[in-house]
Amino acid sequence: MMALPKPLHDLFRPPPTPGVLAVFSHLDTTLAAIKRLRAAGHTDFTVYSPIPRHEIEDALGQPVSPVRAFTLVGGIAGCAIGAWITLWMSADWPIVVGGKPVGSIPPYVVIMFEMTILFGAILGILFNSLFAARRLGTILYDPRFTNDRFGIFVPAGSDKVAKVESLLREAGAEEVRRG
Amino acid sequence: MAETPPPTTPTRVTYDYVTRTIARTLSTPSRGYFLLLGAAVALLAIGIVTLLYLLRYGLGLAGYSHPVYWAVFITCFVFWVGIAHSGTLISAILFLFRSGWRTAVYRTAEAMTVFAVMTAGLFPLIHIGRQWYFYWLIPYPNERGLWPNFKSPLIWDEFAIGTYFTVSTVFLIMGLIPDIAAVRDLATGWRKKLYALTSIGWTGSNEQWRHYSRGYLYLAALATPLVLSVHSVVSWDFAMALVPGWHATIFAPYFVAGAIYSGCGMVITLLTPIRTLFGLEEIITVKHFENLAKLCLLTGSIVGYAYVCEYFMAWYSGNPTERAAFWYRAFGPYWWASWTMIICNGFLPLLLWVKKIRTNITALFVISIFVNIGMWFERYVIIVVSLAGEPFTKWANAVYNPTWADWGIMAGSFGWFFMWFLLFVKNFPAVSISEVKEVLPPPRSKPSKVHV
Repeated sequence: MMALPKPLHDLFRPPPTPGVLAVFSHLDTTLAAIKRLRAAGHTDFTVYSPIPRHEIEDALGQPVSPVRAFTLVGGIAGCAIGAWITLWMSADWPIVVGGKPVGSIPPYVVIMFEMTILFGAILGILFNSLFAARRLGTILYDPRFTNDRFGIFVPAGSDKVAKVESLLREAGAEEVRRG
Repeated sequence: MAETPPPTTPTRVTYDYVTRTIARTLSTPSRGYFLLLGAAVALLAIGIVTLLYLLRYGLGLAGYSHPVYWAVFITCFVFWVGIAHSGTLISAILFLFRSGWRTAVYRTAEAMTVFAVMTAGLFPLIHIGRQWYFYWLIPYPNERGLWPNFKSPLIWDEFAIGTYFTVSTVFLIMGLIPDIAAVRDLATGWRKKLYALTSIGWTGSNEQWRHYSRGYLYLAALATPLVLSVHSVVSWDFAMALVPGWHATIFAPYFVAGAIYSGCGMVITLLTPIRTLFGLEEIITVKHFENLAKLCLLTGSIVGYAYVCEYFMAWYSGNPTERAAFWYRAFGPYWWASWTMIICNGFLPLLLWVKKIRTNITALFVISIFVNIGMWFERYVIIVVSLAGEPFTKWANAVYNPTWADWGIMAGSFGWFFMWFLLFVKNFPAVSISEVKEVLPPPRSKPSKVHV
């Protein structure tokens, strides 16, 4: 792995978290486990699934991703940049064509529009990737989670491990292991 | 969705089946694959050699002659940009409409978009003749004595195509990430390393899906107006000029519909062999082809309507030059190009009203090729024939004919496109793994009242 400077390293590569990993073969048992965990007061567990399911989102009660705010900021910034480059460059070298004003807004709207889309998309994606990259590789994972299994990882110290294990088994986990 | 089997019935198409079937497409290529790839590279070689000749002896080798200075290269540019459009339609617009059937075909369409824009982008550079001055196209205030004219549709086009290429590439890559992770978890050897690197740490955790789903939604929401704008801007390259046959307000919707029509044709052309070669019959079904055919029928009818409208307006306007231009188009020396276009785009899609034809993949494949031929001729007619008919008093001036250099570059563009496409489908999942699973009933331990 590539070495990262210290602040980035702390952000993206924190030390491995101890805890319990459960593998589920059904969606409903996964949801049951999420409900039980939340009832037992767990909040910082991770749910793996091969596809996004609204049931999982609802069971977790997650807030809406802030990605949209960055898309909006990117869009507004792009529109402003589009307006700026067209108006400024036209004013920088003013040549009158067809008797039209040097800074004509209607034709520049096309460029402002394209820049809105470009910057909105790029900024949205950039922040989406940064958010998604957090906690990368610090917790247990199973390759079946991208195929047909669901998973829950519950961070737990040695005092709570047994309790979490039995909770996950009761909810219908196919396999439970510590790490 | 209504026919979804009860969730407890074991069906052959499970999550595991989907992952393994699609991962199998990445196995060692067959001889047939290498033959196709070889053919694509050979075509590309023809293009490269032609380009070298053009560089050595100049653009005079192409058929340019007064008054036709936008010819086959610009025709090909518009053709390839048009091909790109249906990819974004299928991946973004149908995503916003929540069309479940798009999941099986959208990856192929999206890859086609990216490679078609890559192909299209070559043509303005070839057309300018001196590729090493490509940066003159980039507008910035400078000391070169170049004036960035933002009132010109050509510069809008540059912004539109640049944005389109960037956004559709990002969209393709973003859709690929969960699927690359899925094949990473099955792969071995160098492929495992490649996929571990390109899946950038995807695990499918709830946090990742939370940001991903939102991000994807907004990307689709941005790509939707973008795709409509790009071909509108391309159409304004013509519509903003005063040439009769170009200067029409109908151009933007007419071009967008034509673009999607040709793109759906190309998707059918590409999917038919992929489905058979990769054994994806249970994932890409006749239903998908039928839906693509319906899109072709819809957009083809809009194109047909636009043809009628153009001729009607030419007559109804009472403008003698406009009338002359359209008379020249239909009955002048290029009548064969115009009638190819009208038959392939105006009449051929009407066959798709018949369900038997819509559900016959061989028939669709043949029709899709004619769709592409027709749409190429549409651009040829709009660009070349409108220009050739420009000096109305002396039609005989029009002596334009494409030469071997035009055809060589065009052949090269097909080689370039198919080479990238073939390399893509063998190295990355050509069908979306996670999205195909999304439309399957999820595994449950007991029957649920809610389907899907």
